[in-house]
Order: sequence, then C-alpha cells, then structure tokens
Amino acid sequence: MSSETGPHETVSDENLPAEQGAEPGTAAEKANGNPFADPGLPPHDDRIQDIDERAAKRSERTVALLFVVSMLATIGFIASYVIIPVEQYVYLFPLGHISALNFALGMTLGVALFCIGAGAVHWSRTLMSGHEMVQDRYPIGAEEDTKSAALAAFGDGARDSQLGRRKLIRNTMFGALALVPLSGVVLLRDLGPLPEEKLRHTMWERGLRLINENTMEPLRPEDIVVGSLSFAMPEGLEPEGHDFHTEIAKAALMLVRLEPEDIKDPQELDWSYEGIVAYSKICTHVGCPVSLYEQQTHHVLCPCHQSTFDLADGARVIFGPAGHPLPQLRIGVDDEGYLMALGDFAEPVGPSFWERG
Amino acid sequence: MKKLSARRRHPLAAIVVLIFALAATGGLYAAFAPAGEAQAGETAAAQSLAIEEGKKLYAVGCSSCHGTGGQGTSDGPSLVGVGAAAVDFQVGTGRMPMQAPGAQAPEKPRMYSQAEIDQMAAYIASLGPGPAIPTEEQYGTEDLSGEEIAEGGVLFRTNCAQCHNFTGEGGALTRGKYAPDLTDVDAKYIYEALQTGPQNMPSFPDTVMPEKEKRQIIAYLHQVNSSDAKTPGGFKLGGYGPVAEGLFAWVIGLPILVGVTVWVAARNAKARKS
Repeated sequence: MSSETGPHETVSDENLPAEQGAEPGTAAEKANGNPFADPGLPPHDDRIQDIDERAAKRSERTVALLFVVSMLATIGFIASYVIIPVEQYVYLFPLGHISALNFALGMTLGVALFCIGAGAVHWSRTLMSGHEMVQDRYPIGAEEDTKSAALAAFGDGARDSQLGRRKLIRNTMFGALALVPLSGVVLLRDLGPLPEEKLRHTMWERGLRLINENTMEPLRPEDIVVGSLSFAMPEGLEPEGHDFHTEIAKAALMLVRLEPEDIKDPQELDWSYEGIVAYSKICTHVGCPVSLYEQQTHHVLCPCHQSTFDLADGARVIFGPAGHPLPQLRIGVDDEGYLMALGDFAEPVGPSFWERG
Repeated sequence: MKKLSARRRHPLAAIVVLIFALAATGGLYAAFAPAGEAQAGETAAAQSLAIEEGKKLYAVGCSSCHGTGGQGTSDGPSLVGVGAAAVDFQVGTGRMPMQAPGAQAPEKPRMYSQAEIDQMAAYIASLGPGPAIPTEEQYGTEDLSGEEIAEGGVLFRTNCAQCHNFTGEGGALTRGKYAPDLTDVDAKYIYEALQTGPQNMPSFPDTVMPEKEKRQIIAYLHQVNSSDAKTPGGFKLGGYGPVAEGLFAWVIGLPILVGVTVWVAARNAKARKS
C-alpha cells in the first residue's frame, strides 16, 4: 500500500496534465452572488498511475504480490491444519500459553483474508478508473398517467363488487377478518405448561434431611461451625435425575452458623437450630444465586444487582433492589442427629412478583 | 609471645577473644551436656522455645491490636482458637501485620521469615485448639486425575465462584471489601484460607468440604488460573467471559476498523496534492 505515496515527490511537473479550467458556469454563478449555487465537481486530477506507466506497473505488481501472499497464507493454513497437533501449546508473549494450532490457523486465515482485501482496495484506488461520475436520483412519485390509471381501476373494482351497496356482506367480511387472528393467539397457550402451584412450593417438606452439596452426605449440626458456609439440597434429589435442575433451582439452600445471641430476629432464632440458619439461595429480586457471604458482617450479597441481606436479622434487605427478605427454612434434628427440614419455605422463593396473593 | 602481647591492643582483639570464648563454651557444652536427656526432651523443648520466641514476636508486632494475650481488642479480633494455619496464612501472605486500618487487609510482601511465622503460629496455637499448618500431603495435587480436577471445577463453582469468579479472578464485595484474585496463590495458602476463613471469607471446614475436595479445588485453580495455565486462544482479558470480550470488541476492535477505513478513504491517490 505504500506505493501510493512513495512516488508522489518524484513526479516532475512536465508529467502533469495542463491545469484544467473550472467547470463552466460555476465561476459565472459565483459572480452573480448566489451563495447556494451548485458548485459542481472539483476539477479532475490524474493519479500517478494514470500518467506514468511504470508507476501503474508497480501498482500492478503490488496488487499481485498481495494476492500471492494470500495464496501462500491459505496454503499455510492447510499445512498447519495437517501438521500441528491439537494438544501442542506454546508460550508467546503477551498471549500466554496458547494453542499452537489455534494461533497458526488464526494467523494464516487472517493474513489470507487481509491480503485479498488490501489487494482489492489498492487495485481500485490506483488502477481502476479514477474519473468522478455523477448519478442522478430517480423521481420517487409515479408518472401522472400511471396514477390516474390505477385510481380508475380501483374505482371500477369497487363499483363491480357492490361493496358500498351490500352492507351485510361488507360487515360480515370485516367480522370474519377480525376473528381469524384469534386462532393464532390461542396457539400461544402451547408455549409451555401452566405454572400451577409449582412456583409456590419447593421440594422441601417436613422430615427431609439436608444433604451437603459437596459430599452428598446428610449434614449434622456439629459439621457446621461458626463462620463457615455450606450448601445443602433436599434428601432424595439426584444430581443425575431428570428434574434435578428444576428442583434445585427452587430448593437451593445455604447454611451458616451464627452465635445465637447475635441473631436479632426472634422468628429467625426460633426457626434456627443451635444458631444454624438455613436460607434460600435464590435472590428475591430476579432470582440470581445469592451466596457472597461475608462471615464477619453476616451480610449476603447478590452478584447481579448488589442486593444485600443481613442474615443475622431475618435476612432483611439492607441495600439494593430486592423487595423482601430471603425465605428462611425452618430446621431441626431427626432421631439420628441429622439436620432436617421442618416444612417447606413459608413463602414462595425467588423474585418478589410471586409474593403476591 | 612478644608478638601476641604486641597485638593485644589491636582494635579487633576484643572481637577475636570473644569468638574464641564463644566457640570454647559451645564446644564444652556439646562435649559435656547429658546427650540422652537432650534427645528425649528435644521436641518438647523446641516447642516451648518456639512458643516463647513466638510470644515475644507477638508482643512486639501483634499485641497492639489483638491484645497482649491474644484476647482481641476493639481494633482486632481475638486469636484464641484460630490455629496455626490462620497465622501462617495471614502473616505468610503479608496480610498481617496490617499496614493501616481499612475495609480489608490486602496482600503485600511478608514482614517475617518463615521461621518467625512458625514461632508465632506455635504461640497462637498454644492459646486454644485450631487448625494446624497443613502438610504437603494435605494440599499436594500430583496424585489427582483429570477427572478429579474437573470435579474440582464443579466444587469451585458451587462453593467459591460466587465471590472469586469462575476461574478465580476475584471480584468486589460490599463497602470496599473484595474477594482477591487467586492467580498463582500457593497451594498451601489456598488450603489454609479454605480451612480458616480469613477476614470476611467463610471457612470450609473438613466436615463440609473434605481434604480431598480442597485439593481438587487447588488443582482446578492451578489449571485454569496460574502463570502456566493454558489459554487456547490467548488474551483471556481477565477471564471475565463475554462481558469483557464484548467490551473489547466494541470499544477497541470496532474503532480500529473504523479508523483504518477512514485512513484508507482519506488518503489522496492523486498525483498532485491540492
């Protein structure tokens, strides 16, 4: 691309065409003092390639060179695909430990495409016709004859159909046309099953043990120490099961242990077990998983919109857009000393909308 | 003899004499000390010596905030029962002693040698039972298979990713607190952090996250976020995913394309500059 500027300085004056006069009329109108007159096109200037055949040849060679480089890069692409093993990694500053194959394929394909584009641009700028052309706009409106013919045809049709006279036909037709789209509206029902009671209840019920999501073992109260964070799911939920994701999306639970005297909310204390409190992990704003737990402040932060809940005070919202506290699960201990739920959440988990009613 | 007495007023004479005296005392002690008894009480003696030394270091460096007996003050929490692992993590990563009060103690170059840290850890451990400094077998990851490391990824996403990002790049918390970047953090320190829950991080004791799962998480982190982690495409842009990539494409990539286009169109191909 550098051949465009390079030769400019070396062009001697005698190679240039004679100074071209301004467009006829432009000067005259300017003289008339009309500032809005069409200035016309600027005078045409030739390019070095239009005058100097050697420069044109140089440009031709540049374009051809770019195309040849593109060919070589394509061959390089195919060769890298064949030669470089997928698992080969190389260290390249500043990219890091990258896949050699990815890098080679990307580089060669990039060069191949770039050189075709660069060649085409250089070709059009230096060798294709450099003369300015004017293309006038077409008028938007139709011809007068066409317009009147179309209006006459429409009038004939309206008369022939007797639409204005036979009002019964006209009105029933409008009625039929108005009703037809309703079939499409009814079909929207097929977009999915009705929510029914699913959004109001989770899998938790009285007697279900709390299963540690890490070990898949039931949790005991002594497993959970002050300052720790653990996640639990209901007993009987299989990670490989068909409805695992539907159920865990509602039943996900986080467990923390507080000093009982730190718990400010009496109901929270009542629903806890020896300071262990179980809260829904689903944010009441739009349902993101909230579990950014700060163990010194007992605050839980939602990563989506920064709603902050105070787990020591009934998961009260202390910041952010969430509408109500996180639902708490009432827990106790069964005969064998494992933590279990004492019922479902008292309110629907998740976004505030479902609190209605 | 005359030579010797001539040099006794040399400026270095006192030091030479001192060295000789020290060497003689040490040598005599080694020769005559009751060897059997020393062997028997060696561990206990070393331990109480470490606690003694640690107490001195603690009194100088830590007691102004954590209290003279580790009981805590309004400026710093109680250290009774935090265990040696917490000391090794906090002091070993330079977080303690804290440079200035603030939302969170940042990582910085450590102020104490490992020997001094071990002494302080021994002293704190003597205040109340707590997790010990983990051994190489507890946090080493050489024996883990690829499948186990992938499971470590699942564990990381369940337990850690909410604060530390999916590949441990860290993230913001409330009021100036943050979850730090985990790039190239020593396996030992990750293990200790999981076990002790430093600052506002919750702990993940062995009862809820067994030792092997901690190792799996450490191995996963090493694989996805360390200076020899593989990034097949290069330029992972902080590993934040499509948001960072989209921002890069719109804010850097597109202006470059527009700029090149403007440059190509603006350059005059005429032979004579107007």
